[in-house]
Amino acid sequence: MYCDEMRPNENKVYVSVIAHHRLDGEIVPLRFKAEDGPAQHIVRVLEWCPSHSLKAGGQGMRYTCVLDNGNTIYLFHDRKLWFHEK
Amino acid sequence: MERVILHIDANSFYASVECLYRPQERRYPLSVCGDPEQRHGIVLASNALAKLRGVKTGMAVWQAKQTCPGLVVVPPDYQLYLHFSKMLREIYEQYSDRVENFGLDECWADVSNPGFSIEDGRRCANEIRNRVKTELGITVSVGVSNNKIFAKLGSDYKKPDAVTVIPPDHFQDMIWKLPASDLLYVGPKTTKKLRDCNILTIGDLARAYTPMLEYKLGKNGLMLQAFANGWDRAPVMPTTAEAAIKSVGNSTTTPFDIKTLEEARCVYYMLAESVGARMRENGFRGRCISISIRTADLYTYSCQKTIDVPTNITSEIAEVACRLFAERYQRYFPLRSVGLSCTSLSMAQAPMQLDMFDNHAKREKLEAVDSAIDGIRRRFGNQVIQRGIVLAEPAIARINPKDEHTIHPVAFFAG
Repeated sequence: MYCDEMRPNENKVYVSVIAHHRLDGEIVPLRFKAEDGPAQHIVRVLEWCPSHSLKAGGQGMRYTCVLDNGNTIYLFHDRKLWFHEK
Repeated sequence: MERVILHIDANSFYASVECLYRPQERRYPLSVCGDPEQRHGIVLASNALAKLRGVKTGMAVWQAKQTCPGLVVVPPDYQLYLHFSKMLREIYEQYSDRVENFGLDECWADVSNPGFSIEDGRRCANEIRNRVKTELGITVSVGVSNNKIFAKLGSDYKKPDAVTVIPPDHFQDMIWKLPASDLLYVGPKTTKKLRDCNILTIGDLARAYTPMLEYKLGKNGLMLQAFANGWDRAPVMPTTAEAAIKSVGNSTTTPFDIKTLEEARCVYYMLAESVGARMRENGFRGRCISISIRTADLYTYSCQKTIDVPTNITSEIAEVACRLFAERYQRYFPLRSVGLSCTSLSMAQAPMQLDMFDNHAKREKLEAVDSAIDGIRRRFGNQVIQRGIVLAEPAIARINPKDEHTIHPVAFFAG
């Protein structure tokens, strides 16, 4: 799937996300899945702040997520799209 | 209370955003350019590498490629730049409620507060600079001074990613040696006039004999001298998202030169569609309709006509524009670009003086047609419904001036 806002590159993985839209308006991601990958569960979101990704190319709200496999990744919410660095 | 004013300028704004989003290409010289096939083929912004190799804003694309072989040319993405501009402003607004936009990438912010010195301004500027760099991934240069003009000079003084303070008490040492053309509102023509009077630097301008300046440059001369001396007291106008709209206009460089009246009519109808739709969207009617043209050899002419009854009906605007064009400008073919704008705006809901001999039933019908067309376009897109006259030129029919050709110029004296 492709939309106009997408700026794909080899270091960027666009993902679909299931998220918790909290009462205070904050969005906290719970699970995400790349188009051709398995679903990943987020055990904990350590912090979120606006930031940019030099590696994947993009900017947005950056969530530091701990996954159920123990890895920690940055998940970015750039306008209406979500991506993480490869 | 001492004023502390920041001028914050995003460095090579379009190019910086593109470089952020194109990790593979950012290590090469890169320029954001218009589409040469649509004849918008000029450099809009370049990254530092491209600038270093001599690429300048406004160069034709072929010229830029010749100057810098291997230049990466990318098309602009205005929606993305608007998004960044909005985010920049949101950051600035956390430091001051008086933020004035000057185009998409520049802003003034008045951070004066009781007990707040120019050094506090420097600290504030550094904080903003760092936040923009970490949060948005682009750099800004900030000028700090006690007036808008010096603040702007400061942001141009050192680039990129820098803060320059122009101290109000001894600014002379710092800026009087700069060329006069660095000052806001001193363009190439004024520079030439000033050079004719042997005024080369800002200091020369500040010390020049005032009546001579007034004689040469009119009241602008006085204004520039005041700028050079730091006597600018213009407040930072807090531009809310919807600034007072004084005119609604659009212009377009057509994909091919306009050579006949029919082609010109076609473009004016297309522009009138956009101008009319935007006036209706914002609840305005206009009484004064102006048209402008730019000939193939880049001469610009414009004229205007005031009509009796304010209107926002597309066909009325287009007809006035076409009539004006037919009367005045037929001899200037071929044309490279044309523009249309409406001024003397009044609110659409305001009571209107009717004319006994005017056909109001017809006008009401036309208004209903326009509002139906607006509704259809809002739901299904601009191209879905078009006037027959526009279809005569398919290349022109494809232009969507309302969404693609709205630019964001802001004058210093706006407001």
